[in-house]
Amino acid sequence: MHINVHGLSFSYGTRRVLHDVSFSAAPGELVSVLGPNGAGKSTMFRCIMGFLKAGEGQILIDGADINSIGRRALAERMAYVPQTATPVFNHTVLETVLMGLSGHIGFGRAPKAAHAAAALETLDNLGIAHLKDRGCMEISGGERQLAFLARALVQNARILIMDEPTANLDYGRQHSALERARALAASGYTIVTSTHNPEHAFLYATKVLALYGSRIVADGKPSEVLTEELIEKLYGIGVRLHDVPSNDGSKTVRICLPGGATAYNGVRGA
Amino acid sequence: MNDTVLQPDKKSYGARFAALALVLIFVFFVSFMLGRYPVNPADLVKILLSHLISEASRILPDALRDAFLNTFIIERTWESAAETVTLNVRLPRIAAAAGIGAALSAAGAAYQGMFRNPLVSPDILGASSGAGFGAAFGILARFGYLGISVSAFLFGIGAVLTAYAISGRSRRMSSILAMVLTGMMISSLFSAATSFIKLIADTDEILPVITYWLMGSLASIRNSDIFFAGIPIAAGLIILWLLRWRINLLTVGDEEAKSMGVDIVRLRTVVILCATLLTAASVSVSGMIGWVGLVIPHCCRMIFGHDYNRLMPASMMFGAAFLIVVDDAARLISASEVPIGILTAFVGAPVFVYLILSRGSENAY
Repeated sequence: MHINVHGLSFSYGTRRVLHDVSFSAAPGELVSVLGPNGAGKSTMFRCIMGFLKAGEGQILIDGADINSIGRRALAERMAYVPQTATPVFNHTVLETVLMGLSGHIGFGRAPKAAHAAAALETLDNLGIAHLKDRGCMEISGGERQLAFLARALVQNARILIMDEPTANLDYGRQHSALERARALAASGYTIVTSTHNPEHAFLYATKVLALYGSRIVADGKPSEVLTEELIEKLYGIGVRLHDVPSNDGSKTVRICLPGGATAYNGVRGA
Repeated sequence: MNDTVLQPDKKSYGARFAALALVLIFVFFVSFMLGRYPVNPADLVKILLSHLISEASRILPDALRDAFLNTFIIERTWESAAETVTLNVRLPRIAAAAGIGAALSAAGAAYQGMFRNPLVSPDILGASSGAGFGAAFGILARFGYLGISVSAFLFGIGAVLTAYAISGRSRRMSSILAMVLTGMMISSLFSAATSFIKLIADTDEILPVITYWLMGSLASIRNSDIFFAGIPIAAGLIILWLLRWRINLLTVGDEEAKSMGVDIVRLRTVVILCATLLTAASVSVSGMIGWVGLVIPHCCRMIFGHDYNRLMPASMMFGAAFLIVVDDAARLISASEVPIGILTAFVGAPVFVYLILSRGSENAY
């Protein structure tokens, strides 16, 4: 499914957080949104999900405005993976995933065996079926992230919106989570995610969107638009990009090291 | 540390529900036999059955009634005093204890899920303090027995509706936070108003009645109360039971629930309405009975897990059994009645401390 954002603007009171934001994402794409804290990444996601009502502009899913699609129908097209926070109640992983099926479980009903089977299959595909009866408070942040991903996947929506899926995860889990996202995109999902790490965008994204001062300042392939100048502008820190061979030597990958021209000049001068 | 709690895959919830149901049935029947006038079990069963048959025959058309009554004939072998004690004294009391215990526990469980906080009790939005004020006002104005209950019920509902309406106008903070704050405001307002009524009330006649009423008691329950409070309580319990699985969706947060296609505002409104009906109806006939709505859902989470599909029915059954037992204690401990509101705190507080200390940090909250 395609998602198209046209001229999206949003203000909290008089403070403008998003200004004329436009972009699109297609099946197979993993769009990584970069930008400093407060640039409006989360606000943009909340507008796209319909949690916040856009001031101006349109958000279209396969050409249909999200405001014209009912909430339940929208949930069948687009699912949301929240940042991993510790839940208040200790639902088991299976009980958590079943909530993603709420559109199929009517008033006065409880999940049936068929629902549990669908949830278990999703857990199995993510390799966490063994966690089904563990409480969500008792598992690690990475496992909980997978449980939330399973809850989103079981909705059977083809667009996934993931707000900083790597926040709170350790180094290894960050990369396995992103690897998972890339595999999902490759299998036909449309994924929009946010990250604070430019290297994540180089390694996994098919497209980068840079938000700065409530506007989109770059939109394109990571290797083309994500330059040293852009990263310095976004994060206020000088960086150097280097092309190095990937581990298997089949291609080159771009890495980003902090400490830009100024810092190196200082070293040279000494 | 209890291993079964740590290994939920070995739980057999069906057996636990069966055990809880047996406990409930047991305390229900045994409670009829407790008290100064002895009723033997055989008579008790016959009295209850014949009462049930005569009540059931009333809803039948005339043509069928005689045939129905002739089919089920129970010989009157019991003394009439036993019948009076069972049907007019103990039945309303035990039924009220069961209904109010179930109502307060269900309301507590519902509010806890909705506010995503296991330490919330049914008075969070002001239902109890509103009802308390309504009763105090009714006593002061000499409304009479039923009038006091009606006044308590209406003020309880009114307090929550006011809190809900005010919080709905807030655009600056999350709706949950706004509701908690307006609930606190409404509660303290009505508590202050109740204090004011106590201040101006006649100290010989009115003040003791208000004070005793606020302590909570089932001693003065009559059959008319059962019908007055029974309808809203039954309605609230049935709707919350039907919504039991959907209440899970309130616990994950508004945005996540919306992303799963849930109409969160409608669901929350219905749950608030039910929990408020339950609380206000309970308080209006029993006075303030604290702790039940907080402690019972907490106990049930340990036995039945956090899924509201099981937690809601378990809380209703456990709450009913608990309040029947505490009310038995209230009428048996001493010759004069001990207000049940005092006993629930005496029982509830130590149980709560035990639960906090006996649980591991991460499995608890």
